[in-house]
Amino acid sequence: MSTDETPQPWQDQILPILKKFDVKHIAYVPDAGHSAAINQAEADPDITAVTLTTEEEGIGYLAGAWLGGQRGAMLLQSSGVGNCINTLALAERARFPLLMLVTMRGDWAEFNGWQNPMGQATEPALNLMGVRTWRADKPEDVEPLVRGAAGMAFNGDASCAVLLGQRLIGEKKWVK
Amino acid sequence: MGEVNSGTLLDRRAAVARLLEGRKDLLVVTGLGSPSYDVMAAGDHDNNYYLWAAMGSATTVGLGLAMSQPDKTVLVLTGDGEVMMGVGALATVSITGPKNLTIGVIDNGLFGETGQQRSHAGRGIEISKLAASMDFAWTGIIDDEAGIDDLRDRLSHRDGPQLATIKVTGENAPRVLPPRDGVHIKNRFRAALGFEPI
Repeated sequence: MSTDETPQPWQDQILPILKKFDVKHIAYVPDAGHSAAINQAEADPDITAVTLTTEEEGIGYLAGAWLGGQRGAMLLQSSGVGNCINTLALAERARFPLLMLVTMRGDWAEFNGWQNPMGQATEPALNLMGVRTWRADKPEDVEPLVRGAAGMAFNGDASCAVLLGQRLIGEKKWVK
Repeated sequence: MGEVNSGTLLDRRAAVARLLEGRKDLLVVTGLGSPSYDVMAAGDHDNNYYLWAAMGSATTVGLGLAMSQPDKTVLVLTGDGEVMMGVGALATVSITGPKNLTIGVIDNGLFGETGQQRSHAGRGIEISKLAASMDFAWTGIIDDEAGIDDLRDRLSHRDGPQLATIKVTGENAPRVLPPRDGVHIKNRFRAALGFEPI
């Protein structure tokens, strides 16, 4: 358990923040950086956790959930942002609240260069499609940025993404 | 590949109008292009959500709606090309398991909006078999009015997810355009369910 002196690890802060905003649906394509939030969402009887085959499904799913009166958020990796581009038109045109939490690849200490093109295009690509973005590179950035993005998404019918940087997540270990 | 569309084929407008006949609190999501026009031609309704883009998203919008409104019946009406663009979403529907969701695939075997090019369904892919292989609770192929009547009865069974391909002729009916203002349609739809704009 956390105390006032030792804050929860940022990974454990994500789902409680979302629940404070009355998020009922977590749509995701797994990433190691999201595993704590995914496990918590899957175990939470008040959350519908939906595993997607590809990230753009989450945009439609969350739009549908909002049509039905409920809030949700999507957890994805930066590569998955590329899968979302055309579908982001749905959120932009109808002004659906859209909250995306994106774990980054290809932006710092990346071993697998194949991640670099999409990782480095992630933020401008989101911006081009009308999604506001914030970057968290330090643990203490996570709570205020996720809270702020959720507030703007749900209070302003806006598309918002928080990018969780590789410096925050840590280097992926490639040695067995 | 198996021969498809070899039997009788339905008129898409008549089939959709018949399926929606007598609707009460049915919630309808339409895929872009002809299915949106078909549903609009059957009568605009506050419980309709029309997609104009985001091809492949009709299934997922219907899924999110079905999961957030479990006491309502949700019908996705979309085209064979639209559903194939997001075909993985059928697997997501299956594992998520909404009992109140039915997907009606209006299957003309063509990309009707772009010049009648032959689609995957038109070249032998039977979408109801894909759904059956993904363990949908019920799937069917509909090519006559009795089948439409049966599907209409099934909508409210709440033992889905269900998917039917509705075999229609390749004839493009005159366009009947639904409103294009996505914000308006969103707010109208939500208001009909009792939700305020933000």
